[in-house]
Amino acid sequence: MMLPPIVAAQPSEIATRRIPATGEAVPAVGLGSWITFNVGNDPVLRDECAAVMAAFFSAGGRVIDSSPMYGSSQAVIGYGLEKLGRPDDLFSADKVWTSSPSDGPADIRHSLKNWDIPAFDLLQVHNLVGWQAHLPLLFEMKAAGDLRYVGITTSEGRRHDTFVEIMRKYPLDFVQVTYNVLDREVERRILPLAQDRGIGVIVNRPFRQGGLTEQLAAEPMPEWASEIGASSWAQYILKFILSHPAVTVAIPATTRPDHALENVAAALDPLPDGSLREKMSAYIRDL
Amino acid sequence: MSEWWTYRPEDFLLFSERVYWRLFELHNQALWPAQSVAVALGAAILFFVFRPKSWSGRVVALAMALAWLFVAWAYHWNAYATINWAARFAALLFAIESVLFLWFGAIRNKLEFAMGRNPRSMLRIALVIYAIFLHPPVPLVDGRPLASAEVFGLTPDPTAIATLGLLGLSGGGGRVLFLLLIPIAWCLVSWATLASMGTWEGWIPLAAVVFALLTRPWRRPRTAE
Repeated sequence: MMLPPIVAAQPSEIATRRIPATGEAVPAVGLGSWITFNVGNDPVLRDECAAVMAAFFSAGGRVIDSSPMYGSSQAVIGYGLEKLGRPDDLFSADKVWTSSPSDGPADIRHSLKNWDIPAFDLLQVHNLVGWQAHLPLLFEMKAAGDLRYVGITTSEGRRHDTFVEIMRKYPLDFVQVTYNVLDREVERRILPLAQDRGIGVIVNRPFRQGGLTEQLAAEPMPEWASEIGASSWAQYILKFILSHPAVTVAIPATTRPDHALENVAAALDPLPDGSLREKMSAYIRDL
Repeated sequence: MSEWWTYRPEDFLLFSERVYWRLFELHNQALWPAQSVAVALGAAILFFVFRPKSWSGRVVALAMALAWLFVAWAYHWNAYATINWAARFAALLFAIESVLFLWFGAIRNKLEFAMGRNPRSMLRIALVIYAIFLHPPVPLVDGRPLASAEVFGLTPDPTAIATLGLLGLSGGGGRVLFLLLIPIAWCLVSWATLASMGTWEGWIPLAAVVFALLTRPWRRPRTAE
């Protein structure tokens, strides 16, 4: 399969956000790999995933997120990176996911082998599984220079009380949570706390695993969506997410290169202000 | 797992429907022409059920043990595990079912597969015939290529469905319950997986379980039946 050349198609404009802990700039739209990149050893589908990655990089994307829990997704990312000549500015985000306190190091080594990279930029404790043992391990790795950023994740509003406790207690660089026009629970405690504590926020499941965009596909977009430059429901949702001041990166997953391009472009101005954000959420809620 | 009540079956789905069906295509490609051997094995099992010999119970049990072991290794361990880490556990369960067939049937000769002249036997054999001959073309109904066919002895659903029917014809009595557990569990897992993907085909393994249980396969056939 022919892949879009990364170098030849450098983006003219890319929206970035600062990581609060360091001030490093990263593109505001990343690439998730939950379900979409779990294609096993299927050579046709692996090439399709590599084409998505090629489009993503060509648009200026850098942050790719995965987990040992996502089946073959890590290995498929490794395949794509190999095929695309290992882009230098990749920001690799992965997770440690094992309930055994002692298996953390082996879990991380296995993930690195799958990606075929020497070190991750960001490692997160997946859904707080075994966090009491894994979080100290990640901080040790960071202190030793084997890791740049440490984080924790949750999805779909689970374990928020424990999540908030950990945010208060540990010097986290990132938290990853579910957030979109309908799932706004994190606006109450987690996003304000992240702003207060200088913690970057990664947003997962922006499209509710594709269910939200699928549901909206038959609905007309409101005329005022053009005010924020949204040309699709995906961009509408991403613009809503990225307009929250606490959000650093959103990581939509896709199987289509054109959607990867569209997602990255969603971060460009204009973004909605506070009142328009409420209008956007209410519009979808009332459909 | 905390807050377990907030999870839905689709939260455990790791792959898309397209990836799942393509897995069968690749599996069939890798095993070709084993499909014809597997169907022939199924036909041989049916032959011995209709024309039982004193030794055929051991042979059918051995064939079923081979089928379950092959699916454990070729499908769960080698194919399905590439997209579902839980497939390794399924491989273990399928290997256990293989050992159960070997122990109760091939070694202890406690399973005498034979067709009875009663409505229950008719329903049970219908389940076996469906699994071996009618389940493979199901993809055509769904608009998918025959290359993604699920074949008895090579893939789990038809193997489990055929087992549910066969065990009712085994005269095994209460010990059949041991052998029923894993095929029933698999059919329910398969139903949950397919239903989470939103495909109607999920109803097939669920219907097979209901159908099999209605015939009460653990009951020994009455001589008067």
